[in-house]
Amino acid sequence: MSIDMKQFHSVFFDESQEHLDEMEHLLLDLNTEDPDAEELNSIFRAAHSIKGGSGIFGFDALGSVTHIMESLLDKVRQGKLAINPSMVDLFLSSVDVLKGILDSYKSGNDIDWLSANKICERLESVTQPKEVEPEIEGFGLFVEPEIDVEDGFGFFGDPLLPSQEDAYGFFDEEIVPVSKPSRKTKKAPAKQNPSEQKNSTGEISNQALAPASESITENTSATISEKEALLKEVASAPVTKTKTTDGTASENSSIRVDVTKVDQLINLVGEIVITQSMLNLIGKSIDGALGEKFQSVAAELERNTREIQEAVMSIRMLPVSFVFNRFPRVVRDLSTKLGKSIDLIIEGGDTELDKGLTEKLVDPLTHLVRNSIDHGIESNELRADRNKNPTGKVILKAAQQGGSIVISISDDGGGLNREKILAKAREKNIPIGDSPSDSEVWQLIFAPGFSTAAQITDVSGRGVGLDVVKRNVQSLGGRIDIESQEGLGATFTIRLPLTLAIVDGMCVSVGNQTFIIPLVNIVESMQPLKKDIKTLVGDDQLLLVRDQYWPILPLYKAMQLEPQFTEPHQGIAVLIEANKHRFALFVDGLVGQQQVVIKSLEQHYKRVQGVAGATIMGDGSVALILDVESLAVSAAPNSLQQAS
Amino acid sequence: MTETTGSQAMSLQKDQEFLTFTLGEENYALDILTVKEIRGYESVTKIANAPPFIKGVINLRGDIVPIVDLRIKFNVGQATYDEFTIVIVLHIHNRIVGIVVDGVSDVVSLNKDQLRPPPDFGVAFDSRYLLGLATINEQMIILVDINELISSEEMGLFSSHENDVA
Repeated sequence: MSIDMKQFHSVFFDESQEHLDEMEHLLLDLNTEDPDAEELNSIFRAAHSIKGGSGIFGFDALGSVTHIMESLLDKVRQGKLAINPSMVDLFLSSVDVLKGILDSYKSGNDIDWLSANKICERLESVTQPKEVEPEIEGFGLFVEPEIDVEDGFGFFGDPLLPSQEDAYGFFDEEIVPVSKPSRKTKKAPAKQNPSEQKNSTGEISNQALAPASESITENTSATISEKEALLKEVASAPVTKTKTTDGTASENSSIRVDVTKVDQLINLVGEIVITQSMLNLIGKSIDGALGEKFQSVAAELERNTREIQEAVMSIRMLPVSFVFNRFPRVVRDLSTKLGKSIDLIIEGGDTELDKGLTEKLVDPLTHLVRNSIDHGIESNELRADRNKNPTGKVILKAAQQGGSIVISISDDGGGLNREKILAKAREKNIPIGDSPSDSEVWQLIFAPGFSTAAQITDVSGRGVGLDVVKRNVQSLGGRIDIESQEGLGATFTIRLPLTLAIVDGMCVSVGNQTFIIPLVNIVESMQPLKKDIKTLVGDDQLLLVRDQYWPILPLYKAMQLEPQFTEPHQGIAVLIEANKHRFALFVDGLVGQQQVVIKSLEQHYKRVQGVAGATIMGDGSVALILDVESLAVSAAPNSLQQAS
Repeated sequence: MTETTGSQAMSLQKDQEFLTFTLGEENYALDILTVKEIRGYESVTKIANAPPFIKGVINLRGDIVPIVDLRIKFNVGQATYDEFTIVIVLHIHNRIVGIVVDGVSDVVSLNKDQLRPPPDFGVAFDSRYLLGLATINEQMIILVDINELISSEEMGLFSSHENDVA
């Protein structure tokens, strides 16, 4: 039996994690003065679901904490107990404890019973002063007769159960009757009479327990004794009612799939895309009626493959709110700690992003948000001095722009201090130009060990981090930019590719080789006129386009190839913009626009400067995908630096 | 790390099979268990800033695989490419690497007794990458520790940090 149960553990952990996240989210949103009944119900349900599950699997620590939370929440939602901010705080710390316990169960570590018990006590103490019947400690409220009839969790007060038992000792033992399904795993006195069991099951379903589809009671109902079943009848009714409102729909419409399976699917689809474009190529060389027929079929196939590809890619897509949702909590905790009042505004949470990306975004984003709060937003007094709204504002925004996702973290704080950063850079012997532009100065803060915080706090200021943030973002194929205005605030902008697997690119040729330039980076392509090409000191050339000088970067030089043309006016100049670097990439010619599957070059080789990856072309040959950013940095630092 | 390096494998008394190949006039052999397949040379995609012996990458059924010309690396024979040029595709430390050789000859079975210690000089390879010498049909065969060789820093195929794990 225990082996059978184990396979459900990971599902339970995932679900519980989600419930906890939801709980936290709802708690943060909760208006303590006028709590929304539905929100309270949702919090209650989340606690209840975890309790139920932990009962089944015998995760007692989870069960006992959630049980008390549940009881408390139940009172709140019935209006028997007024919720106040300190209670929300308490619930939030309970959620933290629960997360810790969940992690311990997940990783098989020892449970931190101490903190579990402590939080239980704190939760209980909330009800204590409101004690109605003092002889029943702690949970006195539950025995109030009217709850018995009206509400599911009134069953504690059921005359069949000696009420004294409900009191303190109850975390260790009495947790079982609360989550009845757990009879299965724990001492199950219920299974004495099979016929009785039958009866009870029947009764349960008659009592419309079935709609509580997700509720564990169904699965395990066969083991519930009649007495309990009767209790359950009463118990299940209100729960069922609330559950069905939103629980069942999402439960039925989603399944949990191993990510590796999805990745495998994506890889296979990638192969299909390649094969399909090979077919297209062959089709073009077939003449006559047959060729026409073939081409129309190939076009059909192309449409289908594209749709499959999109559908498969969308499996991995998650709304960015999965990441954003944790920030209200971060902001709340931090602002309390630092004594700053801060409003967090989240925009574009429904922007979809590859799952792999969302997971890896958590750390950099958390860091940037903390950074904004700690360094960006000034203290309340300073804000008052500066005639600013005493409440600081942090805006977390996500949007899709073409083939990339742009996530920005803005604050209306003090902004970056150019002089301070420059002074620090000098102190750290970081090489800087004579008159660096603002954006160059801002990039300095991404240097390892760089911190201008006057005071090291436990929040930030040790200078570890921003360099890691930049590295993390870069490893995702993204870029990070800073915009800042002294006294007005700073904005960190992260640009990420929509997905890691496929890129829209322009194929260009140099010599006998083809390269792919990500379409996102291309401004335009043109055949430059000889008169627009100016020479700078030495070999460097500049291209004049609409009153702007663009440094010319010959791709054949960067890639050490024999080109068809060596003079820019003979070939094509592709104007490229990447993270403030702008340059004209000189190539022999344009081949065409194509969507390509990114293959890792590093899997069997190593990272190559200026190359983001490789792809397989329609004819089966390999083409390199350019990483224009590193190309710009590696190829011609001098003229490009000046241009930026 | 289930893949044992050649040297460890050689300590076994059991017979081990080797694939022999030629570079110029010399006969070499490598552990056949590392061989994924043998194929003809086809045009490669050049990679910038790579040493001359790294010819480029090819598409091996969806994998981007680097191709190394051992003849250039060790300066033996003529690095010419025609329809007879052979690429031995190796599977080493979960990586796929193709090596260009002049030809493959045979699969031979060798045991420890047939092995002579490698010479300190006289072969193109550094003795670090040699397992020893063997004589078959009066021909000297140089046994290459291909795992060591391919993953060596000298080849520059793997990033240095990966060498630590490998």
